[in-house]
Amino acid sequence: MAYPVAYGLWLGRDPALYAELMSEPIYQRTVVNTTLYLVIGVNLKMFGALLLSGFFMRRGWWVKGLLLIYVLPWAVPALPSFMSIHWMLNGQWGLLNNILWNVFGVDGPGWLETSRWLALGSVIMSHIWKWMPFWTVILLAGRMAIPQELYEAAAVDGATGLKRFTYVTFPLLANLYLICTLLSTLFTLGDFNSVYFVSGGGPALSTHVLATLGIRDAFEIARPELGVAVVMSALPLMIPLVILLMRKLHTAEVQL
Amino acid sequence: MSAEPMASGAVRRRPNYRLRRNLSEAAALAFGVVIVIWTLTPIYNMVAVALESHGNVFTNDIWPAKPSLESFSIVVTEGYWYLEYFWGQFGNSLYVGGATVFLTLAIGSLASFAISRMRIRYGWLVSNAALLTYVIPASFLAIPFYRIMNIYDLSNNLWSVIAAEVTFATPYAIFIFQQYGVCIPIELDEAARIDGASPIQVYFRIYLPLMAPALVAVGTYALLLAWNEYLYQFLLLSSKKSMTVPVALAQFLNSDEAPWNYMMATAIIYALPPVAIYYAFRRRMTAGLTMGGIKG
Repeated sequence: MAYPVAYGLWLGRDPALYAELMSEPIYQRTVVNTTLYLVIGVNLKMFGALLLSGFFMRRGWWVKGLLLIYVLPWAVPALPSFMSIHWMLNGQWGLLNNILWNVFGVDGPGWLETSRWLALGSVIMSHIWKWMPFWTVILLAGRMAIPQELYEAAAVDGATGLKRFTYVTFPLLANLYLICTLLSTLFTLGDFNSVYFVSGGGPALSTHVLATLGIRDAFEIARPELGVAVVMSALPLMIPLVILLMRKLHTAEVQL
Repeated sequence: MSAEPMASGAVRRRPNYRLRRNLSEAAALAFGVVIVIWTLTPIYNMVAVALESHGNVFTNDIWPAKPSLESFSIVVTEGYWYLEYFWGQFGNSLYVGGATVFLTLAIGSLASFAISRMRIRYGWLVSNAALLTYVIPASFLAIPFYRIMNIYDLSNNLWSVIAAEVTFATPYAIFIFQQYGVCIPIELDEAARIDGASPIQVYFRIYLPLMAPALVAVGTYALLLAWNEYLYQFLLLSSKKSMTVPVALAQFLNSDEAPWNYMMATAIIYALPPVAIYYAFRRRMTAGLTMGGIKG
């Protein structure tokens, strides 16, 4: 494990590579994409997971059944589902536009072919589709660990509905939520599959993120040093995140 | 009882209360329907395209006009030139998955046993380092890893992929095993030691059987990881006979006229084992995950 890290650092040691990257428009767009991907993708996913975990606390047989269906994206391997989404979003023959045409009579756009923002949005939604169930289950387990007595005590004091959430549930979940968000940010940063298979970095290389651009530079243009430099440029973001995460994990003694 | 005075009030309020409950139940149901649609659309698409007969993929149907199992039979019998090594590739995937599970469990449990039970010196350093490597994205290390494997002449060898997968699964395994191991009283070890058990016997007779739930959870996790992973398999395996199913699938994508119905049929067959295993061990899996660590 240490060997690849050290070797990677050594490969990306030349400052000239970074100067070259900074002046490249594809790289600049990639940085913007990565930022959007992280900010929108992670927050939407985690907030959705938080809300849905509350929803799945409901009683009833059908909610349990629904949970079984809902976790399916997590169990299905990444590649088949992303390829399916890729085809589904095809402008001419994809399922989504077929539905739009047959039901509403609207000609849908080419989701992945025409506009950078549509494609990036599709990628983010696919990522959320795949990973939100996982975080929902984690947060659900966190909610289950909250003793019922606390809710009863709060109910006696008159806290119901939203108040119950803001004063009882959220303070108890906050630490878990923060740890999950940090971890999820790191995993999303390294997410290769959803970008590569849904949009493939297109149209016209406009939706790459750092992870996919690094691989492209290293293997399609055959300049591994440049690829390593792309990936290494994420270090200023990664190092503080990792330090913060390690601290949080230690203070919490990992009672997730 | 204290409920008595409340009862009259409850009777008066009941219709209102019932209405509200029904409304909230209806809203929840509607929300549930939205979730089902959101979750199943891509999977539905996978099935619908796979059932399409060849040549009918490029239509505007929502459901195939003439659903047929033709593409499945072609995949199973390897009846298309892209699919000529399908079962071999499927076997490769199984081999990689199985070896990853076994090695991850073996290395992870031995390491956590050594750290927390035998209390070796600098054990905390190992567990912290494991935690640190757990958060480095695997795709960021792909380039140096690829070069290293080339230097050692291990490309196109399934073991190079297995090595990569085990590297990324083990930190999590150590992490979970340590969390779980805390629950096993150390007195058991001491009792066994007084009876003359060697550390190896303690490991096999006491530690492993008691760790069974965590082993199942981590094993499932490692299998899903190996099954989800594409990048390393793509970089390290290039010959048709040694590649795994995801790499072969992605090759389809790059061909000029991608036969989408065959691809989706292959994808479904490929997705079946992890889904089955996941649902079989689902309870244990969530229990193990919430025990401490998290990783998709």
